[in-house]
Amino acid sequence: MSEKNNIEKNIITEQPITQVLPVETSLANITPSAPIDEREVGQSYWSLVKHQYKKNKLAVAAIYIVILLVLVAVFADFLANNKPIYAKYKGTIYFPVFKEYMVNLGLGKWDTEFLNVDWRTLDFESAVWPPIKFFPNDVDLFNNMTGPSVATGHYLGTDAIGRDVLSGLIHGSRISLSVGFVAAGIAVLIGVVLGALAGYYGGYVDIGIMRFVEIMTLFPAFFLIITIVALYGSSIWFIMIAIGLTTWTGNARLTRGEVLKVRNMDYISAATSLGLKNKRILFRHVLPNALAPVLVSAAFEIAGAILTEAGLSFLGFGVKATTVTWGSVLSEARGATSSWWLAVFPGFMIFITIVAYNLVGEGLRDALDPRLRD
Amino acid sequence: MPEVLLDVKNLKKYFPIKRGLFSKTIGHVKAVDDVTFTINKGETLGLVGESGCGKTTIGRALLRLIEPTDGTVIFEGKDVTKMNANDLKVIRKQMQIIFQDPYSSLNPRMTVGGMITEILKYHKISEGEKAEKRVYDLLELVGLSRLHARRYPHEFSGGQRQRIGIARALSVEPKFIVCDEPVSALDVSIQSQIINLLQDLQSELGLTYLFISHDLSVVEHISDRVCVMYLGQIVETADVKELYASTKHPYSQALLSAVPVPDPKLKKKRIILTGDVPSPANVPSGCYFHPRCPKIIKGECETIPPVLAPLNQTTHYVKCLLYPESYPVKKEVAA
Repeated sequence: MSEKNNIEKNIITEQPITQVLPVETSLANITPSAPIDEREVGQSYWSLVKHQYKKNKLAVAAIYIVILLVLVAVFADFLANNKPIYAKYKGTIYFPVFKEYMVNLGLGKWDTEFLNVDWRTLDFESAVWPPIKFFPNDVDLFNNMTGPSVATGHYLGTDAIGRDVLSGLIHGSRISLSVGFVAAGIAVLIGVVLGALAGYYGGYVDIGIMRFVEIMTLFPAFFLIITIVALYGSSIWFIMIAIGLTTWTGNARLTRGEVLKVRNMDYISAATSLGLKNKRILFRHVLPNALAPVLVSAAFEIAGAILTEAGLSFLGFGVKATTVTWGSVLSEARGATSSWWLAVFPGFMIFITIVAYNLVGEGLRDALDPRLRD
Repeated sequence: MPEVLLDVKNLKKYFPIKRGLFSKTIGHVKAVDDVTFTINKGETLGLVGESGCGKTTIGRALLRLIEPTDGTVIFEGKDVTKMNANDLKVIRKQMQIIFQDPYSSLNPRMTVGGMITEILKYHKISEGEKAEKRVYDLLELVGLSRLHARRYPHEFSGGQRQRIGIARALSVEPKFIVCDEPVSALDVSIQSQIINLLQDLQSELGLTYLFISHDLSVVEHISDRVCVMYLGQIVETADVKELYASTKHPYSQALLSAVPVPDPKLKKKRIILTGDVPSPANVPSGCYFHPRCPKIIKGECETIPPVLAPLNQTTHYVKCLLYPESYPVKKEVAA
C-alpha cells in the first residue's frame, strides 16, 4: 500500500512539465556553433566499442590485469634473476642481464671470470639487483620446502629442491602467455580463413570445409596433445600447435555464420554491382564486419589454452622438466600436502589469469553487441 | 522512335526448392516468369506490384546480382547475361543500383569518403586529391556536405544514408540506375526529398531509371511508363498517364483503386480482391490471376494463358483475356 503511494507521489512530483529554467542554465545549454573543422573525423566503430567497453568496470580491471601479466612476462628477467641488472665489479661497470641477452643471441661472450659463477657470491662495489634474486631453476639447498618468508628472500616459499616459487611464477607467465596467444592465434587464423571461405563461396566448398570441421571436432584435444607429446617429445611449440590445431573449429563455425549473415547484406550487393572482385569484397567488406564475434571467442580461447597448458604441465606432459611453468610448480604440491604455498600461489595465478581473460572476452562481447548500446 | 537503352527479353528467374539428404530439387519458385520489356534512354520505367511479385528480383537480375535462369538483357546492344567477369566489370560502371534499406546498404566499417574513394581508385576514375575532390563533388551533388566524407554510416539518418547510397551509385558515372524501392523505408517528408533529388539528377546527368516501388502515387509522379507485375509476370504496360487514366487489366484496376485520393468528398469505389496471392512455387493454370479475378471468364481464364499484347497497335500492352489481342495464337495454328 505504502509502495503504491510512493509511486503516486513520484508521479506528482515529476509532474511540472513546463519547468522554467533559470536563464543562465538555458544559455549554458546552447552550445555555440563549433567552427567547421576540415579534418573532423567521424566516430569509428571501434571508438564506439571502446566507449562501450569502458562502461564495464570489471572488464576494464581485467584488461589492466592482462596488461600487467604481459608486462611481467616481458620483463621477467628484470624481476627475478640471479644476476644483477647493474653492477660495478673491480672498477668496471657491467649490465649482466642485458649481457645475458647478447650472449644468448650470440652477440657477445662472458668474461671468463663470470663463467660458472654464482653472481650473488661476488663482491660488488655497487649493484642493482632484481626484486627477486633467484632464477626459477636456481636450487637453494639451504632453504628447501620453506614457506613464504622475507628473511630468506623467498617471498612465496620454495619447493622440495629449493627453487623459488615467485621466480617460477614470474618466468612461468611467459610460457602461459605465449601458449595462450600463439595457440589462440593459430586457432583464429585457421578458423577465420576456412570459415570465411565456407561462408562466402558456399556450395561444395562449404560442404567440404564444414564436414572437415565436424571431423576435427571429434578429436579429444587433450588426449591428442598427450599423444603428440608422448610420441615427439615435449616442446612448448608442439603444445602450442597442438592446442591451436584442435581448437579452431569453433572459430570456423562462428566465422562462417557471420559471413553468411554479412554476405546477404545490401552493401555486399552494392560492392558486387560496383564491379569489385570477390577477393576484395571478402577481405575489405565481408571480413571486417564478421570478425567481431571471433575476437570475443579468441579471448576465451586464450584462457582455455593457458588452462590446457597448465593441466598438461600438472600431469607432467607439459614442457621439459627444466622449464618452470605454473602447472609444473603446481604439480610440486602433489607430493607435499603440507606445503600450502606450492598449491595456493600457482593456482591463484592460473585462476586470476583465466578470470581476467574471460572477463575481457565478456566485456568485448557486450561492447560489440549493438543491442546493448545506448 | 526513342533510343532503346535496355532490352529485356524472356527474363526468368526460378529459385529451386531443395529437400532431403541429397538436396533434390522438388520444385521451383518462379520469382520472375518470362518477363519482356524495354527501357528507353532517359526515361523512367516504373515497376509496380505487391510484395513478393518479383520486382526486386528483376532489378537484381538485370545487374546479375542474381544470375537469371534464362532470357537476355541487352544493354546498349550487348547481352549482359552472357558476359564474362571482365566485360561485366566494365558494364557495371554503366548500370548501378540504389537499395531499399538505407541501413544495410552501407558498409558500417567504412567512412563515406572511404567507400567512394575505393570505387574511384578501383575503376581508375581518379586518385589522390582528384578522388578527394570527386567525393566532395558527389556529396554536394546529392545534397550533403563535404564534411560528411569522414563520417561513418551510423552517424547519418535514413534519408542521408539514402543520399550516400545515391552518391556511391553515381561515383562510376552510370547511364542506368535500378532504384529498388529507394523511398519505401523513409518518412514521407524525406521520400519527397529523395524523389526530387532523383528527378533532378536525371535531368542533370541524363540518367535512365528503372524505378521499382509498391507505392503507386510515387510511381505515378516519377515514371514515364509503368509496368504492373503480378506473380512474376508483367500484366500491363503503358505510358503513365494512359495507365492511370484507363487501366485495362483487372489486377491493375484493383491495385490503382487502392491509391488514396486527397479529396474527402470524392467517393471512390475500391476493388477489394479476395484470397491470397498464390505461391509462386505453385502457380495457377491459365491466367495466373484467375483465382482472384473479379472479371473472370469462366472456362477460359483457367486454361488459356494470355500473352502480353499491345491494344489497338498502341503502346498499351495488356495480358488479359478480356481483350482479344491477348489471346495466344489460335489453337488450330499451333496444332
